Amino acid sequence: MKALKGIRVCDFTGQLAGAAATKWLAAFGAEVIRIEDPTNNGAWDVLRNAQPFVDERRGPDLGGGFNNHNVGKLGITLNLKSARGKEILEQIIAKSDIVTENFANGVLERLGFGYERLKQIKPDIIYVSNCGFGNSGPYQDFKTWGPIVQAVSGLTFNSGLPEKEPAGWGFSYMDHTGAMYMAIAALMAIYHRMRTGEGQWVDMACCDSALSLNGLHVLDYTVNGRPARREGHPIGSRSEWPAMAPHGIYPTQGDDQWVAIACRNDEDWQALAGVIAQDWASDPALLSLQGRLADQDRLDNHLETWCRKTDKHALQHRLQSAGIAAAAVLDARERIEGDMSSAAFNLWPTVTHSAMGDVRVDGLPVRFSRTPHEISQGAPCVGEHTEKVLASLLGIQKPEVDALREEGVV
Amino acid sequence: MSALKGLRIVELAHERCALVGKLLADMGADVVLVEPVEGAAMRRYEPFVDDKPDPERSLHWWHYNTSKRGIALDWKSPEGRDALLKLIESADILVEAEDPGALAAASLGDDQLTGALSRLIHVSITPFGPDGPRHDEHTSDLTIMASGGVAIVCGYDDHELPPVRPTGGHGFAMGEHYAVMSVMTALIAREFDDGGQRIDVSLNAAANITTELASYTWLVAQQDVSRQTGRHAGTVLSMPSQHRCIDGRYVNTGVPPRTAKQYRAMLDWFRGLGFDKDFPETVFLEMGTQHPILELSKIGIDDEITAIFSAAREALAFACSRMTAYDFFQSAQKAGLPVGVIYSPDEAFEDEHFKARGMQVEVAQPQLGKDVRYVGAPYAFEKTPWSISRVAPSLGEHTDEVLSEIGINAESLRKRGAAA
Repeated sequence: MKALKGIRVCDFTGQLAGAAATKWLAAFGAEVIRIEDPTNNGAWDVLRNAQPFVDERRGPDLGGGFNNHNVGKLGITLNLKSARGKEILEQIIAKSDIVTENFANGVLERLGFGYERLKQIKPDIIYVSNCGFGNSGPYQDFKTWGPIVQAVSGLTFNSGLPEKEPAGWGFSYMDHTGAMYMAIAALMAIYHRMRTGEGQWVDMACCDSALSLNGLHVLDYTVNGRPARREGHPIGSRSEWPAMAPHGIYPTQGDDQWVAIACRNDEDWQALAGVIAQDWASDPALLSLQGRLADQDRLDNHLETWCRKTDKHALQHRLQSAGIAAAAVLDARERIEGDMSSAAFNLWPTVTHSAMGDVRVDGLPVRFSRTPHEISQGAPCVGEHTEKVLASLLGIQKPEVDALREEGVV
Repeated sequence: MSALKGLRIVELAHERCALVGKLLADMGADVVLVEPVEGAAMRRYEPFVDDKPDPERSLHWWHYNTSKRGIALDWKSPEGRDALLKLIESADILVEAEDPGALAAASLGDDQLTGALSRLIHVSITPFGPDGPRHDEHTSDLTIMASGGVAIVCGYDDHELPPVRPTGGHGFAMGEHYAVMSVMTALIAREFDDGGQRIDVSLNAAANITTELASYTWLVAQQDVSRQTGRHAGTVLSMPSQHRCIDGRYVNTGVPPRTAKQYRAMLDWFRGLGFDKDFPETVFLEMGTQHPILELSKIGIDDEITAIFSAAREALAFACSRMTAYDFFQSAQKAGLPVGVIYSPDEAFEDEHFKARGMQVEVAQPQLGKDVRYVGAPYAFEKTPWSISRVAPSLGEHTDEVLSEIGINAESLRKRGAAA
């Protein structure tokens, strides 16, 4: 059985920040109908045309990221600037449970489909909008990408070595995470409607979600009056809360090779000191956390020298055998091809894409005993399912679809 | 009404699932947090109020356990185990992050849980899943982000410097968000057919699929990306997008414009500030207004597109060299350019926009005898609002209340040391 079978999503999401939310819904059996603009081949979603590509071919059906985030969805095109396009959209909304989008604030409203209109079309509709700064507040018209959300919410600031510029995130963490909050919002709203019959609007702002992830830093500020911007902060890969030492990423044998080590408590340290078996590590002052915290610079210097002599995988194995939390820092090839723990989660499923062929994509990190998810069908090419959806959902037959195509509606 | 009103969730206190309980509790579920009698480990996590260690004054505890009730129960003892099972029988959902095998060792394996309780939804969060070749590894938030591929893509252009693990518990949060999505998905499935199930969430797997380009560039094109200062890791070195402004603070200048309209807006903004006179590449911005849309995939291939795009990046950097970070953010955004000031968390919290969005929430904090400002909701529901319904529980605060609801006398358990 599919957990979300029978739930229909009228989906305007794109990029990662929106598309990953409806990817989850589709994987668990919801019917997700992506609606795109035929006049520009869906170019609003920049990932349609963006690298990586499977081969030398280019075009809106060949973006690797787009495929990754849109597996299992249906795709239709609809010109929403035309009267007939609007009419068809109304019919789709009338048969949908939920409308999702991550346009800039006000875009859907300007197309004539603001929340008030959606409710007129379907009184119990659920509407989840996901935009950077949200649909209210002084910055509601400001624009964002993931890195901008991370910058203004404190997430970028919290990633960096002391006295250096921010390192930030090497990817759009808040596109991923914004999509997670969008999915949570959609699922909670669906659940509420199932129990009460009541639809609603969820105004989800990636910046709000991002700031909420910094709640602990905020409390330290509101309760202890301590600003995060102060000498020695951010603290690199050290652990301030909870305090642990040593705790960091250390160089190992080879070029740009590293190991992460976390001494979670005194027992971990004693085990590590035992493996190291050198004079500096047997200093009794290091037996207590306070002693190790006070001497972190020296400890880290020693550990850098010590780790450098060994291969990262060998080091991980040795330290794990002694009971210490340690892990080789892995790149994409190493973890995707080499970490066999991912197989139990079918983490890299192969999907069949109409233009790209068979491609591996990100799976989901979950396993349901009774209603498992399925990821097997690639993302839709531009307008791939227009005929099918218009026929099966609205009873519009092929001659009429052909006419609509002539008129530029689909 | 709350979205999750009437749902009972049993959460076994653990750093790997505290956020799961909080997200559900703040939406109205009755989350009963079960701690050992000596108190959960998280109560001893920094920071503390005034930096004085006290299990009732850990801000870590306060933040992650809002809106929950709390009981202290030694569920590894036979009496405590029986009481926990009875509590689980009264619940819709069990959320836990025990090490693989720990529940079965306490006679709370699948046979006793989802095997016997057909409506129960049991979500187990572990570093690598309950089985598989790495299930018994020793881990922390840091090691999960290291082995999961997050750390290697965060850091600086200079690869002599180590990769950086962003601080803030994100190695756990990545998996915890999936756990909440799983709970909600299983609840919807249960509305259809009244059946529960067991769900496993792997933190390592969650990190692996939270790396954007890093994973799918390998999957699609078998290429690896390299970390770069303050911007996306890439297969090739890209131009810097993070710049220091005249006040010493940093901004992220985002992705340059790609449409004629956006180049027009950028040019007007740039000229309005008088920067064009000192910026020789202004001519390329003008050329940008001649292209209806710039295809980003042609950067590095098409000379003109590359020059236009580079000039736009440099124009943003130039503006930074003449303005404070905040002024740059405000002025460029008002011109329609997606850029951001790099705030610390508390600076963001005090920004007028986040205040207007209700991100400052006053909560009466009994330990301090006054209101404390907490961070607000990650999403704004129209009909079923998020709220902090109570502060994090003190140790054993609701032991009597909760156990009496399921017909258990807390006092007799307490006498045998199985409750507090």
